[in-house]
Amino acid sequence: MEKPTLNKPIIIIKDLMKSYGDNNVLNGFNMELNEGENLVIMGKSGSGKSVMIKCLIGLEEADSGSIEIMGKDIMALEQEEMDDLRTEIGFLFQGSALYDSMSVRENLEFPLRRHTKKFGIIEDTTPMVVTALKNVGLENAINLMPNELSGGMKRRIALARTLILQPKVILYDEPTTGLDPITSKEIIMLMQSVQEKYKTSSLIITHDVDCARVIANRMILLVDGINYAEGTFQELATSKDPKVQAFFK
Amino acid sequence: MNTIFKISEPIQSFLTEIGELSYFSGRFFKEVGKRPYEFKEFLKQCYNMGYQSLLLVGVTGFIIGLVFTLQSRPTLQQFGAVSWMPSMVSISIIREIGPIITALICAGRIGSGIGAELGSMRVTEQIDAMEVSGTNPYKFLVVTRILATTLMLPILVFFADAIAIYGSFLVENTKGNVSFLLYFNQVFRHLEFSDLIPSTIKTFFFGFAIGLVGCFKGYNCKKGTAGVGIAANSAVVYTSMLLFIIDFIAVLVTDIFYN
Repeated sequence: MEKPTLNKPIIIIKDLMKSYGDNNVLNGFNMELNEGENLVIMGKSGSGKSVMIKCLIGLEEADSGSIEIMGKDIMALEQEEMDDLRTEIGFLFQGSALYDSMSVRENLEFPLRRHTKKFGIIEDTTPMVVTALKNVGLENAINLMPNELSGGMKRRIALARTLILQPKVILYDEPTTGLDPITSKEIIMLMQSVQEKYKTSSLIITHDVDCARVIANRMILLVDGINYAEGTFQELATSKDPKVQAFFK
Repeated sequence: MNTIFKISEPIQSFLTEIGELSYFSGRFFKEVGKRPYEFKEFLKQCYNMGYQSLLLVGVTGFIIGLVFTLQSRPTLQQFGAVSWMPSMVSISIIREIGPIITALICAGRIGSGIGAELGSMRVTEQIDAMEVSGTNPYKFLVVTRILATTLMLPILVFFADAIAIYGSFLVENTKGNVSFLLYFNQVFRHLEFSDLIPSTIKTFFFGFAIGLVGCFKGYNCKKGTAGVGIAANSAVVYTSMLLFIIDFIAVLVTDIFYN
């Protein structure tokens, strides 16, 4: 994917540290995500990718460092301010994390009905739900329960639930893991079309090289809790560094 | 020195858990009055926990009434005190047996259900998904469930008490040819508000404890499917212990006020 013209950074992470007991997971990680950019973060299992993204969204508390999202230092935010900010950030979980006691419609309505500050009180959510489902090509699944959906469909519905809040940034945690190659490709295309349609910025955590090749404007390799290498897919794929090469073999 | 550490470790973790449970229950009182009110979810939980427990609670109450009367009858007969059966049964059921047995059954059915449900939601990141969408999972999942158990348990206890006394009447009717009117006349003649009010008040606390511990264990479930099983199991064990402690305190307080 081509490098977009660089806009102002929407997320800035500086010197992020996180450890669990003696296990130092993040050792001073730095990153900037620019507006409209698709940034892919690759790393081995256990390299701290998921921990980093959870710190970013406030699910984990970093030991030190700073995280700024849209100009706000998230570590200094009150819970209510953080919740408001979260409406601008979508998060696609690795396992989709659909609410299994709710239908697809209720899954999409759930965040929508609770953000009256952003959307006001919505009497009829159906048009917004249908539009979000159309965007992921699953408008017929509106009344299905999560246990009636395949893995790929679940991932799409989870993306629709993310999109319905009209976020400015979408964080993808291993979006293609556990899917067959064809469905993976479909999800990657969907991520691209969402980015083009809504002009969102995307931070994608993956170890799927094909996904990175198609979608990345820029990449960061996370090794031992630091950003070991940074560049376009082409730059990293042709790197002579053995640690970088290991990812592309 | 090592031995001291080994002994103090479980005590430390027990005290930590008590502290966390207190914080968790404090958060309930902080969140319960805040908007938005999750009425739909609350009603759904009332239906699941109240209506769907009626059969189990009813059958248990009925059998307790039958067995209690069948077991006590020969002894009372020896002393020529069978006429005291309705008042003895009603007072013991309403004061103690009805509330504690119903609460223990609900701890098994409802407490473990909440623990397992919230535990699996935690493990499959559904609670995290609610949090990152800027909604309040505590309010939606925990407050509604604790409120539902707190309000449903007294109703279930009333129901169980009524069925148990009716079960007792059936035995008396069969064995002693006592009429419905006579039996229930005896029941209400000896029952006082001092029997009913403290036992009703304590059922609210029982309900609160069942909801609170179930939610606490499920909400803080450790990762993995084994964690879900542990959450469900420990919800029942801790709630049962807590129920007896609450019962003991309730009896002490009642004793101070009424005697």
